[in-house]
Amino acid sequence: MQSELSSQKELNRLKRKKVIKKTVIPHVVLIFFAIIFSLPFIWLVSTSFKTPENVFKMPPQWIPRPFKPENYINAVKAIPFFTYVKNTLIISIIPIFGQMIASALVAYSFSKIDWKGKKILFPIVMATMMLPSQVTMVPVYIIWSKLGLVNTFTPLILPSLFGSAFNIFLLRQFFAGIPDSYIEASRIDGASEFRIFAQILLPLSKPVLTSIALFTFMGGWNDFMTPLMYLNESSKWPLSIGLQAFTFQFQQQWELLMAATVLFTVPMIIIFFLGQKQFMEGIVMTGFK
Amino acid sequence: MKILTEITVENKTSIKSNKKRNKAIMHGILFALPWIIGFLIFQLYPIIASAYYSFTEYSLLQPPKFIGLGNYAALFKDDKFLISLKNTLYITAVGVPIQLIYALIMAMLLNMKVKGKSIYRTLYYIPSIVPLVASSVLWIWILNPQYGLLNSFLGKLGLYQPAWLTNPSLTKPSLIMMDVWRSGGTMLIYLAALQGVPRSLYEAAEIDGAGKMKKFFNITLPAISPVILFQLIMGLINSFQYFTQAFMFSSGANLQISGGPENSLLFYSLYLYQNAFSFLKMGYASAMAWILFIIVLVVTLIVFKTSLKWVYYDAE
Repeated sequence: MQSELSSQKELNRLKRKKVIKKTVIPHVVLIFFAIIFSLPFIWLVSTSFKTPENVFKMPPQWIPRPFKPENYINAVKAIPFFTYVKNTLIISIIPIFGQMIASALVAYSFSKIDWKGKKILFPIVMATMMLPSQVTMVPVYIIWSKLGLVNTFTPLILPSLFGSAFNIFLLRQFFAGIPDSYIEASRIDGASEFRIFAQILLPLSKPVLTSIALFTFMGGWNDFMTPLMYLNESSKWPLSIGLQAFTFQFQQQWELLMAATVLFTVPMIIIFFLGQKQFMEGIVMTGFK
Repeated sequence: MKILTEITVENKTSIKSNKKRNKAIMHGILFALPWIIGFLIFQLYPIIASAYYSFTEYSLLQPPKFIGLGNYAALFKDDKFLISLKNTLYITAVGVPIQLIYALIMAMLLNMKVKGKSIYRTLYYIPSIVPLVASSVLWIWILNPQYGLLNSFLGKLGLYQPAWLTNPSLTKPSLIMMDVWRSGGTMLIYLAALQGVPRSLYEAAEIDGAGKMKKFFNITLPAISPVILFQLIMGLINSFQYFTQAFMFSSGANLQISGGPENSLLFYSLYLYQNAFSFLKMGYASAMAWILFIIVLVVTLIVFKTSLKWVYYDAE
């Protein structure tokens, strides 16, 4: 009896040990990293609501007292904020259409049309993904400068009409998964290739086209080097350049800088949560093969 | 007679299939045309043109003047060029492995059967969607030597509080810290790869009495090795193009390149950019572009070559 009880106890102890090992330890580690990774955000938001004196208070305050939402108004007023927003939207929205249409057309050629050339061209498309933009930067700039288009939005928008290797690849993988039988039937009925593309393939590809739209928008929103190269006048700057200039101008006013940083970041976070599913799938799809 | 009709029929079908093939070629080219044009104008021509410019002195204001290997000879005597090359190799050799290993560890933690996985996944992923410029501004503030978050922690722990952004030997580690914070995308890709490893492989190994380490090295790593290869190559290439973060951390006036303390943040792309657009030395910058092109080509080829030894593809 006695030994049975102790062995039962022993068993419970082991079970508990196993539970701790299997669930408690992973959670502790995961929570620890989650805190470390969230702290910069909390610090960002917290600073953005502080008074200038409290920004430099040590040890740092986490919950700002007094709470100053006016920082946001002051930050927006300190720079031509809405001009920057408008410029940013121009260079991040217009390319979406070019990218979607051009990349889809090319991907169609590489997946659903039976021709030999694609076996040569597609590997070249893939190889260009590995081409650093610095290699082509100077001659491309010279082209735009000879056309008199430096300091306009054209160099940032027009290239989207030619698609991008990344999007072509993403769409080609997706099209390849659509059974040929869908298309063959229409071909026999005499539908033109363009009609098949526009009326069968495109409607089926909404999820992947959404991913491309999201990625293109975020790419335009985040881009720093291209606007830096082509847009010299501050009236044409997007937020990314504006924020850099702001950093230099208001070096010690961290509360305003952080408020501007929050305003620049929030749209990305909203978009991420709205399109989370497409987003994650898109990332994962491009990570393979 | 019979033979004759057979031949004509055969001819007819071959003509028909020929016609069909030609039509397919025409359609193929037509649909691929946007990319073909873009490739010719924005990639192939620039690569060739920059090869030509690299042998010239060219300031945009005057036509290019041929100077042979002059730019290349000057580059290897240029201390700033050598520093930028060294800085870029540093961030590549130290930064890329740290990010890849960190992302793999996080993905493996997330791959365990724990509750609330999607919340953790989102939390770890979100830093990577913060715009690079915004994230740099935030980190410059976090790394502020007197009032920054990091040093206030270090101070509480009674540790040394370094001047992260002004000490030339700490500027690059500071950048790597931020890059690790931002590597959620890589983590997601690893996570998907880990979820794709067949359970049956682990079960078979467990029957054979394999321990955790053995399972990791003999099953997990080989199974996800194609993804590791892809991430490694993209990581290397991105690292050769290191620009925005370094530009922000060295924050020059009037949107000019500064290079940071003792040029410790002068990366290859920054110096190339500075030569082209601040000094208008287009020929010199083109020579740098070509050297970069060759470096990337050689490094990628070496990685692919060695990958034959460590990457396992399914025998499908």
